Amino acid sequence: MSEAILKRPLPVGAIDTRASGWWAMIFVVCTEGALFGYLLFSYYYFAVQAHSIGYFPPGGPPSLTLALPDTVILLLSSVAVSWAQLNIKHNDKRHLVMGLGIGAVLGIVFLVVQYLEWAQKQFTISSHPYGSLYFTITGFHMAHVAVGVIALLTLALWSGMGYFNCVRYAHIHIGALYWHFVDAVWLAVFFTFYITPRLT
Amino acid sequence: MSSIYERAPNLAEENFNSALAHRLEHIWQTEPGLAGWLSTVDHKKIGIRYIVTAFIFLIIGGVEALIFRVQLAQPALSFLSPETYDQLFSMHGITMIFLYALPILSGFSNYLWPLLFGARDMALPRLNAFSYWVYLFAGIFMYAGFAVGKGANDGWFNYVPYALRPFNGGPNIDFYALGMVFLGISTTVGAINFIVTFFRMRAPGMSIDRVPVMTWGTLTASVANVFAVPSVSLAFFLLWMDRNFATHFYDVTSGGQPLLWQHLFWMFAHPWVYVVVLPAMGMVSEGLPVFCRRPLVGYAPVALSTVATMILGFGVWVHHMFATGLPVISLSFFSAASIIIAVPSAVAVFAWIATIWTGRPVFTTAFLFFAGFVFLFVLGGVSGFMTASVPVDWQLTDTYFVVAHLHYVLIGINVFPVVGALYYWFPKMKGRFLDERLGRWNFWVMFIGFNLGFFPMHISGLLGMPRRIYTYAPNMGWDTLNLITTLGSFLFAIGVLLLLVNVAISLRRGRAAGPNPWDAATLEWLTPSPPPSYNFAVIPTVASRHPLWEDRLKESEDRTVSSKGLVLDHGRENVGTDPLDAQPDIILKMPGDSFAPFLLSLCLTGLFVGLFVHSWTLTILSLVAGTASVIGWLWPERALGETAEPADV
Amino acid sequence: MSIFNRRPPAALLFLFVLLPGSANAAAPLNYLEGHGSKADPVVALTWGTLAISVGVTAIIGILLIGAIWRRGTPAAIDGRIEIVHLQHGMEWIWIGVGISTLVLLAVCVWTMIVLARIVSPARKAPFTVEIIGRQWWWEVHYVSGNAARDFTTANEIHIPTGMPVVFKLIGADVIHSFWIPQLSGKTDIIPGQTNRMWLEARKPGIYYGQCTEYCGVQHANMKVLLIAQPSTDFQGWWDRQLQLASTPAAPTAELGQRQFVVHCGSCHAVRGTDAGGAFGPDLSHLMTRKTIAAGTLPNTTGNLMGWVSDPQSIKPGCLMPPPALSGPELTDIRAYLQTLN
Repeated sequence: MSEAILKRPLPVGAIDTRASGWWAMIFVVCTEGALFGYLLFSYYYFAVQAHSIGYFPPGGPPSLTLALPDTVILLLSSVAVSWAQLNIKHNDKRHLVMGLGIGAVLGIVFLVVQYLEWAQKQFTISSHPYGSLYFTITGFHMAHVAVGVIALLTLALWSGMGYFNCVRYAHIHIGALYWHFVDAVWLAVFFTFYITPRLT
Repeated sequence: MSSIYERAPNLAEENFNSALAHRLEHIWQTEPGLAGWLSTVDHKKIGIRYIVTAFIFLIIGGVEALIFRVQLAQPALSFLSPETYDQLFSMHGITMIFLYALPILSGFSNYLWPLLFGARDMALPRLNAFSYWVYLFAGIFMYAGFAVGKGANDGWFNYVPYALRPFNGGPNIDFYALGMVFLGISTTVGAINFIVTFFRMRAPGMSIDRVPVMTWGTLTASVANVFAVPSVSLAFFLLWMDRNFATHFYDVTSGGQPLLWQHLFWMFAHPWVYVVVLPAMGMVSEGLPVFCRRPLVGYAPVALSTVATMILGFGVWVHHMFATGLPVISLSFFSAASIIIAVPSAVAVFAWIATIWTGRPVFTTAFLFFAGFVFLFVLGGVSGFMTASVPVDWQLTDTYFVVAHLHYVLIGINVFPVVGALYYWFPKMKGRFLDERLGRWNFWVMFIGFNLGFFPMHISGLLGMPRRIYTYAPNMGWDTLNLITTLGSFLFAIGVLLLLVNVAISLRRGRAAGPNPWDAATLEWLTPSPPPSYNFAVIPTVASRHPLWEDRLKESEDRTVSSKGLVLDHGRENVGTDPLDAQPDIILKMPGDSFAPFLLSLCLTGLFVGLFVHSWTLTILSLVAGTASVIGWLWPERALGETAEPADV
Repeated sequence: MSIFNRRPPAALLFLFVLLPGSANAAAPLNYLEGHGSKADPVVALTWGTLAISVGVTAIIGILLIGAIWRRGTPAAIDGRIEIVHLQHGMEWIWIGVGISTLVLLAVCVWTMIVLARIVSPARKAPFTVEIIGRQWWWEVHYVSGNAARDFTTANEIHIPTGMPVVFKLIGADVIHSFWIPQLSGKTDIIPGQTNRMWLEARKPGIYYGQCTEYCGVQHANMKVLLIAQPSTDFQGWWDRQLQLASTPAAPTAELGQRQFVVHCGSCHAVRGTDAGGAFGPDLSHLMTRKTIAAGTLPNTTGNLMGWVSDPQSIKPGCLMPPPALSGPELTDIRAYLQTLN
């Protein structure tokens, strides 16, 4: 490698996808994604047992009344966060904070609606394996959403404090990646719990 | 826009005694005293911590084994009660497999990787410190139960229903379950650190086909860990839920599935066995050629076979479940896969033999361990090959034959390379050689003791001796074999003791070693021994796989440049390069020493203790404190180049 | 000091002791010889893979020694031992891996053939043996299709020779594994599912087995005996097992029976008496069994007395509590048990 190449100007610090934190978050997403993979594996393991056919979920497929709107809410929150990411690229601090804030609020709404759905269930976590699976898997997801909400609020705070601009915004990017991941996982969880029982 | 965001780095010609070097030392050194000890992010210190802690666990696990080998030396002894025996064999497995086998390799990798890559630190220095503290606290957590006579007692594999509360009412399994979830955090973040370092921290010019071959081992293992560890963490979490919150994942009386445990456990644990050997195989691939005075035969095949073994390793877990009554079609597939996985291993074995055959062996102690390892690898591999065949496995499984197999692969493919690696890299780490004469005794006593202890197990296994039994009747044909095994184990332990004696003596009185005492080829041998806190005064520019041998190998006209390179002295800095060609693409501002990793580890300890004792107060307090620690840790810092200049917002 | 003056470990010589036929008495759980149509193909495959393994290890050992001893250490120049100029070594990898792959594929094919042969029997005996694995003994039911001829026993299984017998394995508490090495590989007993396996004994004899899945503190003492008999003898044994126990004539034994029903009957059953407990092993025809306590002790007077009076000293942690009985009471009970022929 020639000295000329070595002497070229280089960006300094945490810049976009060259930041170490970005790479780390990619693999955090991989490992947490694998976790949900194993959680859903457990669901399917129960679902395909011979004695389960016709009895799983007990009481029939879960209602979509709250779950479907909730899914839309979460998708919208990802849109809000993406909009925030777009704004920081244009150095628009105000709309950055707004986007993050809306994303966080929608995340909180998601959690509240999900909690309402929990309260409506006729079974508990110790009623039967399905109950254990339902509350554990959606519970894991809610925990990830809660972490994401805290992350978005913290990012909104830091953005408000003026830490980021169109060059230095790695934190935003990294947090947004996590949030979109949580959203994508919900789609897999939603599909498993609410759609697959309706397919058979 | 301010030019703080971009900079043309300085190039200079410097050595380790210059004014620059002194300045860098000042920038990178750790404060002395307790504060420094708790806050250091120096990868060399962290690496040595891992190695020392892992060795302590090795000795504890070994003593556990020696104790129960006394019980098994003769039939029908009552030296140990069955309860004590069950805790000893369980803790032995847990300690060796989780608290020794990977951490020791993490220790070597942590110490060596930045030096091998021509970098000043790992990609995520604070995460590095954090992964160590969590490992230490999780290990202590798991041992807390054992210390009060309530240690895990269902084996390291912890099958349900026996691990569920109706059969195991005490806290024994809870220590293990929560401890494993806790430890999983360390393993995962450590793995992520290695992956990011591999892809982003290599010196300019170290393209992906020029990386030191041993880094393929740890990289592969790390990617595997990212995908495999969640499986076991989940398995243990669901178990803890069944035991403490009356969920029904595993308990049969309410529709739970015992085999779900086995699937989740083995989907992790089979890849894990490759995780704990591939980095060690990499260390042999790195060190053996130096003592054969030639580069490794088949760098690319060996690197590819490492990755292939790991990938295939995800597809064979059912071979631990052959006797559970699964459908024949499933058994056939996993049996075939388990037989085929031997092929990439064969690539490595023949590469090593070819390297020795075509090279000029130099009989140092390290060489003895590396060469001995090849033989033990094959012996362990063939017994594994036998168990891969389903009908044969239906006889071999759960007998001492498998115990023989697993010890040949774990001791042969992990411990022996580790000891060899210690003889090889000790001079670099401490500036002194380990004593070579004592080293020969060390090797032979370990080698003979190991074979004497474990080879007879193949035979007692073929004669039907089951595993995990605290005693056996006379006249089963096992008596003499067990006595030999016990004696051999003690001899092996003496061999390990000789290693410790050698380390203790050599730390003080070992012969002094210079930068490159073995005339080896890779970048770590450029630095003084031991290396300064900043590793390299200037960042080298790499031109081949064997930078220090280029003049003699004459593979091309290009030469690695180490005396002149990027200076990067505006605080703690390193150059980030692109993953394939290692062209510089950023100047990374590296975090300095910090208490955040230690504090967060304390918060996590509080969390797991809170969960264990069902104290919601402690749990919630720990969560809150932990969240605050994380936010503090990640708070954007100007010095780290994470913030915009106020004028530009 | 010469590096490789190795001798094969002495223990290897034991391998040659295992010549067919000689080992049965010496090592009852040795499975390098088989005695039935399920075991035979596997024995061959086991010896085959063993031979390959020994061969491969020997060859690699020789290659390794050869590689190390080939030439002396090269001369030092300026205190440095020179590196050799590159020679190719890649052919080692291609040839070595090539041969290994062929051998591995061959064994793969052989494995599938054996698996197909032993998965299910050609014909079956007209009855099934149901085994319920319990901590730390074996509950055995003979199921013939005619309920009047079905019966329960424990820890000792009889089968007719020359006839494949199907077993249903049912879990009741934790996972166990049923294994009679000289007749068949092992199959786990898993609560929540029923596993099926079969085996066949060619010749009459006693075939020993043991639980081979860790199941708790007395896993080491959960053994099973399987006795193969010629057809007529087997029928005779079956008929005898169906007979109900009669009240013994001798006064101590008769007293013992009453003690037994009171103190032991809530856990143990004897057909024909009021003792009907199902928590512990069925003791009907106890004296026809060769061992007690799940194969732990030979069935002698002394052992029987020792076991009944203090089971915890023989199998500490087992689920049979120490009886709160005096010496004479225990003697009476033992006398009764010894009438259960």
